Amino acid sequence: MELAAKGSVDWLVFECLAERTIALAQKERLLHPDAGYDPFLEERMEAVLPLCAKQGIGIVSNMGAANPVAAARRTMETARRLGLFGLRIAAVTGDDVLSEVRNLSPDELQGVPRQKLIAANAYLGAEPIARALAEGADVVLTGRVADPSMFVGILMHEFGWPADDWNLLGQGTLVGHLMECAGQLTGGYFADPGYGDVPDLAHLGFPIAEVAQNGNAAITKVEGSGGLISRATCTEQLLYEIQDPAAYVTPDVVADFSGVSIEGAGANRICVRGGSGKPRPEFLKVSVGFHDGYVAEGQISYAGPGALARAQLAREILSQRLRGYPLDELRFDLIGVNAIAGDVLPIIACPPQEVRLRAAGRSESRHAASMIPREVEALYTNGPAAGGGVVQTVRDSIGVVSVSIPRSAVAPVVQLEVS
Amino acid sequence: MLLRKIAHARAGDKGNIVTISLIARRPKDFALLSEVVTAERVSAHFRQIIDRPVLRYAIPHLCALNFVLYRPPSQSVTRSLALDAHGKCLSSVLLALSLDPLPPRNGEIPATQNPGWPRQID
Repeated sequence: MELAAKGSVDWLVFECLAERTIALAQKERLLHPDAGYDPFLEERMEAVLPLCAKQGIGIVSNMGAANPVAAARRTMETARRLGLFGLRIAAVTGDDVLSEVRNLSPDELQGVPRQKLIAANAYLGAEPIARALAEGADVVLTGRVADPSMFVGILMHEFGWPADDWNLLGQGTLVGHLMECAGQLTGGYFADPGYGDVPDLAHLGFPIAEVAQNGNAAITKVEGSGGLISRATCTEQLLYEIQDPAAYVTPDVVADFSGVSIEGAGANRICVRGGSGKPRPEFLKVSVGFHDGYVAEGQISYAGPGALARAQLAREILSQRLRGYPLDELRFDLIGVNAIAGDVLPIIACPPQEVRLRAAGRSESRHAASMIPREVEALYTNGPAAGGGVVQTVRDSIGVVSVSIPRSAVAPVVQLEVS
Repeated sequence: MLLRKIAHARAGDKGNIVTISLIARRPKDFALLSEVVTAERVSAHFRQIIDRPVLRYAIPHLCALNFVLYRPPSQSVTRSLALDAHGKCLSSVLLALSLDPLPPRNGEIPATQNPGWPRQID
């Protein structure tokens, strides 16, 4: 909202799709054929469409999730309801490659049984987005697309970048990669009081990239918004989820960030340049979602003197009571003691005053999995003294494995309609 | 002295891989960071949660190191039963690494004087 209202931007990008989201959305779509896109699509479009239409701001988003066509249709209805006519709304499809993936060998499927597959989506690149924009789209809704590609598609369209200018695409991918997590570039996920302070994090401003024809960019945010853009925040985001900084693989390019420069250019303004690239891969990554049994969890707290000892006793009782159920996996954590880093962190000599025992497990049997939280609840009356605050969850587990398929097996399609 | 004093970090994830960037707060500390925080040292720090040695990449002109940690396949983001399935908290766990010389494994040093050294809790 702030970016559309005060950012003087030409484009808004919403990146909303985590690794597992699309398999969850596909499950929705199987139940309701018109569902399967981002549940906040309508709310967000209602908020930004009037401003964007008035100012000619284009929108690109992967909120289409498992059903970009239904997302485009819903956006069309929203636009008309708001009195916005003549908007060109595009859906990019072709990422759904479930039928191709069903034909892979068991080895290629990494042991996932075919009958358990839910969804298989290839990471599309920037080209179909650029194509939709070339056809005049004001709003582009996609399913699975590599996150930086949404930005690269816009840059290819705006500047006429060829799809094989690897250095330009590498620099564009740098810009997209920095921008894709929004607030993580402007001081979100950074604050560590006393060491790395961020002003007014409650009103965190989202990033704006001012990109030149050659791909060089200045990163900034709306004046007066909260947060911080510094070399430190930009360097953290540059390396976020990156393995080899010289070989960041996307569908568009193998980007090289090893020569990137990040230079200050005034308050909350950073210039980034020096991204380059090598030819794009011939295979596309595919995220495959599958039914992976049931996961269940129960938690209970202990406090005061002896809290740790009582939580440890409760853990021992649970492990005995859960013996005999067909659980594929079972783990116990003492939250506040060892739940995050195991025994990596040293134990402080002073015993904790509050400990929360967590039991979590997986089973092919929903009943067996649900015994974990049931036995945690039974600790109230049948366990150590003064346990409290039990929570219980049982859910379907969706696993994700990554496979790759030849680029030639994937044919992105653009469908465009006018409101 | 803990690493947190001279560096900041961010963790990301892909499947069973956790990446952690480590960036010197001041350029002059990068040499120390680079010398002390080796792939071997980080492997030892996280030995209970990884199943292969840690890889390290360096971008000296950004005063940054990048570590790649491999967890067992059962500990991928979507399969792990851990409270922090992504491993996102591990950046701060890395910053708990002590820059002081490693004590002997069976040494007499009490844990309170020796914050970088893990020991069993029970």
